[in-house]
Amino acid sequence: MYRLLRKIAVTPKVVIPESELMTLQIPELGAELSPLVKKLFKGSLAIREVAAGSSNAEEQELTALTNAYYDIERFGVRFVASPRHADMLFVTGPVSRNMAEGLKRTYEATPAPKLVVAVGDGAIDGGVYRGSYAIHDSVSEVIPVDFSIPGDPPAPKVVMAALLQILRDIDNQTEK
Amino acid sequence: MIFFFLLQLVAIPVLSPLAVGIIRKIKAHMQGRVGASVLQPYYDLWKLFHKDEVISEDATWIFRFAPYLIFAVSVAVGIAVPMVTAVPAAFPGIERLSFLALSDFLVVIYLFALMTFFLALLGIETGSGFGGFGAAREMMVAALAEGGLLFSLLVASVIAQSGNLMGIVVNLQMMPLETLFPLLIAFVGFAIALLAENSRFPVDNPATHLELTMIHEAMILEHSGKRLALLEWAAANKLLIFIALGANIFFPWGVALQADALPGLALALVVFAAKAAVLLAGIAVIESTMAKFRIFRVPDLLFTSLVLGIIALSISITF
Amino acid sequence: MEFFLTPASLFLFGGLFLFGAFGALLLSRLVPDGGKIAGTFAHVLGFLGSLAALTTAFAVLVSGQAIAFSLPGTLPFVEFAFRFDALAAYFVILVSLVGMAASIYGIGYQKHFFGGHSLGWFGFLYNIFLLSLVFIPLANQAFFFLFLWEIMSLSSYFLVVFERKEESVQAGFLYFLMTHLGTAFVMLALLLAYGATGSFAFDDWRVASANITPLLQSLIFLFALIGFGTKAGIIPLHIWLPEAHPAAPSHVSALMSGVMVKTALFMLVRFFFDFFPGARMEWGLAFMLLGSLSALLGILYALAERDIKRLLAYSTVENVGIMLMGFGAALVFFGLGAESFALFALAAMLYHMLNHAIFKSLLFLGAGAVVEATGTRNLNAYGGLLKFLPLSGFFFLIGSLAISAFPPLNGFASEWLTFQSLFVGIASPSLLVKATFIITIVSLVMTSGLAAATFVKAFGTSFLGRARTVRTELPHEADQLMLLAMGFLALLTLVLGVGATFMIAALIGMIASIGLTDPLSLRFPFSEFIAAREQFANVLPLETIGMLLLVIFAVAGGAVYFATRKRGIVYGRTWDCGTPLSPRTQISSTGFSRSLVTIFQGILRPTRQTSIEYQDGKMRYFIKYQGIKMGLGDPYRSGIYGPAHNVLLFFARQARRIQSGNVNAYALYMFVTLILLLVWTLYS
Repeated sequence: MYRLLRKIAVTPKVVIPESELMTLQIPELGAELSPLVKKLFKGSLAIREVAAGSSNAEEQELTALTNAYYDIERFGVRFVASPRHADMLFVTGPVSRNMAEGLKRTYEATPAPKLVVAVGDGAIDGGVYRGSYAIHDSVSEVIPVDFSIPGDPPAPKVVMAALLQILRDIDNQTEK
Repeated sequence: MIFFFLLQLVAIPVLSPLAVGIIRKIKAHMQGRVGASVLQPYYDLWKLFHKDEVISEDATWIFRFAPYLIFAVSVAVGIAVPMVTAVPAAFPGIERLSFLALSDFLVVIYLFALMTFFLALLGIETGSGFGGFGAAREMMVAALAEGGLLFSLLVASVIAQSGNLMGIVVNLQMMPLETLFPLLIAFVGFAIALLAENSRFPVDNPATHLELTMIHEAMILEHSGKRLALLEWAAANKLLIFIALGANIFFPWGVALQADALPGLALALVVFAAKAAVLLAGIAVIESTMAKFRIFRVPDLLFTSLVLGIIALSISITF
Repeated sequence: MEFFLTPASLFLFGGLFLFGAFGALLLSRLVPDGGKIAGTFAHVLGFLGSLAALTTAFAVLVSGQAIAFSLPGTLPFVEFAFRFDALAAYFVILVSLVGMAASIYGIGYQKHFFGGHSLGWFGFLYNIFLLSLVFIPLANQAFFFLFLWEIMSLSSYFLVVFERKEESVQAGFLYFLMTHLGTAFVMLALLLAYGATGSFAFDDWRVASANITPLLQSLIFLFALIGFGTKAGIIPLHIWLPEAHPAAPSHVSALMSGVMVKTALFMLVRFFFDFFPGARMEWGLAFMLLGSLSALLGILYALAERDIKRLLAYSTVENVGIMLMGFGAALVFFGLGAESFALFALAAMLYHMLNHAIFKSLLFLGAGAVVEATGTRNLNAYGGLLKFLPLSGFFFLIGSLAISAFPPLNGFASEWLTFQSLFVGIASPSLLVKATFIITIVSLVMTSGLAAATFVKAFGTSFLGRARTVRTELPHEADQLMLLAMGFLALLTLVLGVGATFMIAALIGMIASIGLTDPLSLRFPFSEFIAAREQFANVLPLETIGMLLLVIFAVAGGAVYFATRKRGIVYGRTWDCGTPLSPRTQISSTGFSRSLVTIFQGILRPTRQTSIEYQDGKMRYFIKYQGIKMGLGDPYRSGIYGPAHNVLLFFARQARRIQSGNVNAYALYMFVTLILLLVWTLYS
């Protein structure tokens, strides 16, 4: 019981409320995103997407980010093939038992400085699969998570807005 | 003279990420997107130099040392390539100047092969499955593409009666147009070799995330931080060098023959930029309109490049 | 120094080798320590003899004065005539450099043999082999040459079967057969030359060559080509090479592959340029085509190999092809009257001979270290060896870089020169010549690309990655002396490459002295080499290229290193996509070359045999064991040697009918023969 309470107290609440950012249009979001990427990641943010037992819904949404409509590449953000090339890991899905080891190795293979973002409800706390014998209930059980993006699955615009919020938070943290 | 040497030294490394950025931008526009800015590769390299590295325990000193060597060789070859001026005419009597020694076309081809050799070793280095596959396929492509590359440059060399790249450009500018007809055929062969050696469509996909479709990407999968930056930069250098060769050896008009007349240099720069832009656009269009070949169709393409070179050579020595 | 220009110096190094040979035998009988003293003694004397030979050769080249003398022979027809001229000096330098390195290597390598094999016998054979290799270029009379040639073949045969393994014995038998087939053709060539000129002395042939009929000359050339081609390993006479070279101990393999093969090519140069100059241009075209074929096929077979020493042996076949390309080009140019181009082409061939000797020996010595460390020659069982054999691996890398012809090492210099001589030839007016030159250039380009692939495979899958098999004991680094020998050869590859302009000038000067009516003087004495070098300064300034590369590497590397020195490096696991890594999850050596083998399957004809064992033989549902055996087709045995063998057997069977076993029949044969002889004597 104490452990649960401690966990409640310790886990940071960085879930973005669906607030003012969702009213912005994509170009406006991008206009805010670009300078932060330039400032914090020297103009190039490389993301490696890890599917750890997800339902693939989150992957579809993340793939949509690179299509002609959202086109996240124009803001300096791109998806890369190897964790060695990445600055940030997007982990989706409640981590199935088979993928736990793989996820850990992916984390170890990413060079510092790195960030881990749990994308989707499944990755944050197990989502609809919570309590199943086949999964660890959240990514934070396996590797340290820095930020989370809720949604089942989060729409691409939500991901962009959340990414903007994440970058703002990092900016604030580094300024302190 | 020293100024010119230094200029040639830094021109290729400084401009090559721009070339890669231009290709990506044109591809993005063809896909209906805006795409990243043309300066994005610079940001990528800059960021990578600021990151830490993770190196595999199975790696040896070759892993730590080869990226520097590959980058150094790509910079060295960059000195030898005629971009805006062709040196001998500009500075008569300096044939013995050290950097001209590099301009022999056989030296250039073999230095590229040296880069490929070490890149393949890097792929096998860490003992991952994909690196090894990438290395095997890379050596297959390189072994077969070398013929087409050598023959296309040989045609230019035979027509111009010179083995030195700078000398070829100078001589070709002065020759009548009819003798330059085989160069068109040779250029097609050279273009195929360019696509093969620089891991472009239809031989390889530089933007794929699927390891089984990677050749060049597979070999750099294990690298991170500054070594990754050096390898990507070396690949960009190689691309720009090939573009410069394609633009200036096969279409030599516009290359300044005097390095001291500033208006002439400015004009030559504009002409080179235009030629390079056309070639880069061509690569981007090929990448956007064609599918990558199945691996066992690639040798057919490369043998075609060789045969085109042989045909061009036969025409040029018969007439 | 003058001593080295007298006949006494030949006696010196000859004597050193003989002393080493017999001394080793004696010591092995007298000292019962398992052969250590005998073996070391033999190798040390082999080294000293080679050093003496090297000094003599340098003395001859530097002073411009040849050594020629002859001793009367005790055997009929044999006259011990020696001639140490510039070409011979070059070749003796080649032999002695490799001999010195191999001898030093052998002192460390022979530990392998202690207790089990007779090192006295090995020492004897080794020194006799070295003796024959050093003296063959010096022989100036046909029978003396044949005598030395036969000694070389016999001693190398015994060295091949030294280890008495099943495969060594079979390899030795094939080698014995093929080399004597070659010797038979060489004898025919020598006898024909005797018939044409009336003498066995090479000096007489040089003078009388203008009077030989074209038919006779062509026959002599044909037999010389077949005879020496067998020894050199020209396709299709090469079948013994990939069997015999790997079976011998590693430093002997180095000598065989690096030097013995070159003696055959050396004799070809002598025949075509020295004894009977004025060969028709078509011979040059034939050589070029043969060379193109050998080079391409050789490297394809090397690429498909999984035994490291067989890979190196096939690579020798490839390089012999490259040498023949240069040789053929030189013949064509001489035939067309373009002598300056011919000089270049011949210089390319000779330069490649020396370079190949150096880097092939280096590779064989490195392979020996690897085989000793792991106990197997199978490339698929290596992997990750660089951590255990760092220096051997480094030297093997240098050898691989040299053989793949990368600047600024020596392989590039000779391949560049070969390319240049071929490029010149495409400007000739004759269509046939143009076509042949183009075909040769195609072959050379493809060969060099495939050679780089082969040596990425050979070096990469052996030394890099993780172990590809479960090892019961850790591999250990090679012995100090072995490393010293390899390091010496690696340094030579760099020196010979960086000194390319010097070498080219020296070679041209040396070749210009062949075929002169006064062959005992060089056209360019040593002091003028430096001056002549200025003429060739623009030819291939590899030293400038090497220096430029070094400077840029240092500056760029230093700048990047300095700028990023604060970044951390973490050592972790190879990125394996989350799956556990095992020896089998890396590319194997066979897998590496598989795509190229598939592309060239029309030439290589890969075969595949599958064997399946089922859990239940009757039901045949569940497989218990499945094995796949991949190999290459062998068109030479099935296409050439097989049918030739069958024809021979057919005639042998017919001839056997004479042997009826009946004594009366034999008496009848004698009677009939006597009658015939009587009739013939009466009527002639």
